[in-house]
Amino acid sequence: MRLAEAWRVALDALRANRLRSILTMLGVVIGVAAVVALVAIGTGTKQQIEQQVEGLGSNLLIVVPGRLEAGSVPSVSTLSLDDVDAVSRVVGDRSRVAVTVASGETVRAGSRTTFSSLQGVLETTPTVFVRTLDRGSYLTRADVGTGRRVAVLGAGVATQLFGDRDPIGRQITIGGVRFRVIGTFERLGQSLGVDRDNEVHVPVTAAQRLLGTDRIDGLAIRAPDRERIDELGADIVATLGERHPDTDFSAVTQEQILGVLGDILGVLTGVLAAIAGISLLVGGVGVSNIMLVSVRERTREIGLRKAVGARPRDIGLQFLLEAVLLTTLGGVLGMALGIGAALLVDRLTPVPAAITWWSLALAFGVSATVGIVFGVVPAQRAGRLDPVVALRTE
Amino acid sequence: MTGPAIVATGVTRTYELDGVSVPALRGVSLTVADGDYLAVVGTSGSGKSTLMHLLGGLDRPTGGTLVIGGRDVTSLSAPELARLRNEVIGFVFQSFHLLPRTTARDNVALPLVYRGVGRRERRARAAALLERVGLGHRIDHRPNQLSGGEQQRVAIARALVTGPSVLLADEPTGNLDSATGEAVLSLLESLHADGVAIVLVTHDSEVAARAHRRIVMRDGLIVDPAPTPGGDR
Ligand SMILES: Nc1ncnc2c1ncn2[C@@H]1O[C@H](COP(=O)(O)OP(=O)(O)OP(=O)(O)O)[C@@H](O)[C@H]1O
Ligand SMILES: [Mg+2]
Repeated sequence: MRLAEAWRVALDALRANRLRSILTMLGVVIGVAAVVALVAIGTGTKQQIEQQVEGLGSNLLIVVPGRLEAGSVPSVSTLSLDDVDAVSRVVGDRSRVAVTVASGETVRAGSRTTFSSLQGVLETTPTVFVRTLDRGSYLTRADVGTGRRVAVLGAGVATQLFGDRDPIGRQITIGGVRFRVIGTFERLGQSLGVDRDNEVHVPVTAAQRLLGTDRIDGLAIRAPDRERIDELGADIVATLGERHPDTDFSAVTQEQILGVLGDILGVLTGVLAAIAGISLLVGGVGVSNIMLVSVRERTREIGLRKAVGARPRDIGLQFLLEAVLLTTLGGVLGMALGIGAALLVDRLTPVPAAITWWSLALAFGVSATVGIVFGVVPAQRAGRLDPVVALRTE
Repeated sequence: MTGPAIVATGVTRTYELDGVSVPALRGVSLTVADGDYLAVVGTSGSGKSTLMHLLGGLDRPTGGTLVIGGRDVTSLSAPELARLRNEVIGFVFQSFHLLPRTTARDNVALPLVYRGVGRRERRARAAALLERVGLGHRIDHRPNQLSGGEQQRVAIARALVTGPSVLLADEPTGNLDSATGEAVLSLLESLHADGVAIVLVTHDSEVAARAHRRIVMRDGLIVDPAPTPGGDR
């Protein structure tokens, strides 16, 4: 029998039991849709995180106290502004070093208040990280040197406190202390789950006075040279180690952060896809079941086909193709559904989704394979039927 | 073809049923020559259908030798036997066995599917045969739109479409009234006139009398004509 003929017979058989075929397909449809949608969400999230980490600026080196190891307890920072000077000497360029001392503080302007993330920083922050101003100007070296009480507001904070009014030159209070607004940031949105428009930048010296500390939380350095970034990190850690013999320090690069995040997301996506794969498997069992029913129902037809010259493999092929047709049609419908679901999630929720060709190819391949795997047993059973017995069946 | 279409020598067939042996044929020797017209009669359960299945290569003998179209059935694999059925034999059953939801034309064309004949030629040949059995106006009807006699004529057209040398008919008129049965019989006889060998199982002695030869079976043996020791008939 020619293959084209076998396809026609298989298609006719599915059409003869339209509702049953569709219900059987449903298992595969749902499984494939789940795989496609979940992989899309996993991929989209990963891409977004990569963009955001890269959006921090390139050649970034982040120095924090403590060891970056699983299970290690985060240390309380012992870093101070003197350490920043030492690190600046190692880097050879003060403008490449940024610091933060951060705290959640209530910010007030007139009768309006908002809770924001106060960041005590150096004037170098916009150079080290990529931050652009919307209005006004950023902190100056003199502001930092004298601990002047001036602030640059995130876009969210500015809107919360001033609405549409221009905040430049206005007074706010942070933790009860008066500051003057000198600039606002461009809107940034969420990044790694943090609302970056909720920040208020003030000179690190002013923040330390406000918070009653001479510590800083951490350092970030924009390395001048990508090749030597690890070497520079090691030098900085060594220098800090000499100054603080009791504390460990770590320097991490963007690549390392991306690597860790990518691994976590990869595992997560894999687990989700595996769960979806199980539903595909259940769908396959359904296909197998229906095919066995179909073989039994059409026993007389099988006997007749054999009587007029069908070989066992002709009959087997007919039923195998029927199963494969069921699952691949289900697979195509599932892909459409999965793509639709992913696009909806992408559009309507903050969760990003990105359709990848390999996931579609995989879903299609898997659904066809499921058809073959779960169609083989019913097909063999049909092919082996004794024609005399089959013809006698009622 | 050289030699007789079918030669059975001392053929036995024993069914195993839950460990019990049921001997349905107990040593049957029979030759179906080209152009034969043979009636098989006998009481119910005497083994007529069993014999027909063997002669048509649908089943294999438990013992003895069976040669169909010059080939020894015991030496053939399942696909080879299927091919032999397709090329040498045409079957007509008491209950027609047409595929439902399939037009008369596609039912008739079915054996050609397994011979690898292209769709266009299949349809042409099937249409010509439906014309031949007087159903040229029913080509696109489905079995449930046809009378019993028409269905049996479709089945006969299907049996003939591959140009077989033997047509095996197991009570082809058993489900038909006498007038319709008569029409089917005269169709078979016109085929015989065209050179197709016919083996016909029947309960009707009048029908049997029209055949050129007649064998009577009882308890898995041919009792008339009386068996000659080691002889062929
Ligand atoms: N598949 C089977 N398993 C067990 N025994 C069987 C089987 N098929 C037939 N038999 C037995 O073999 C014997 C012959 O059966 P067969 O169908 O050949 O009779 P028959 O002459 O065609 O009868 P009828 O005229 O009623 O059609 C019967 O006793 C029957 O019970
Ligand atoms: Mg019978």
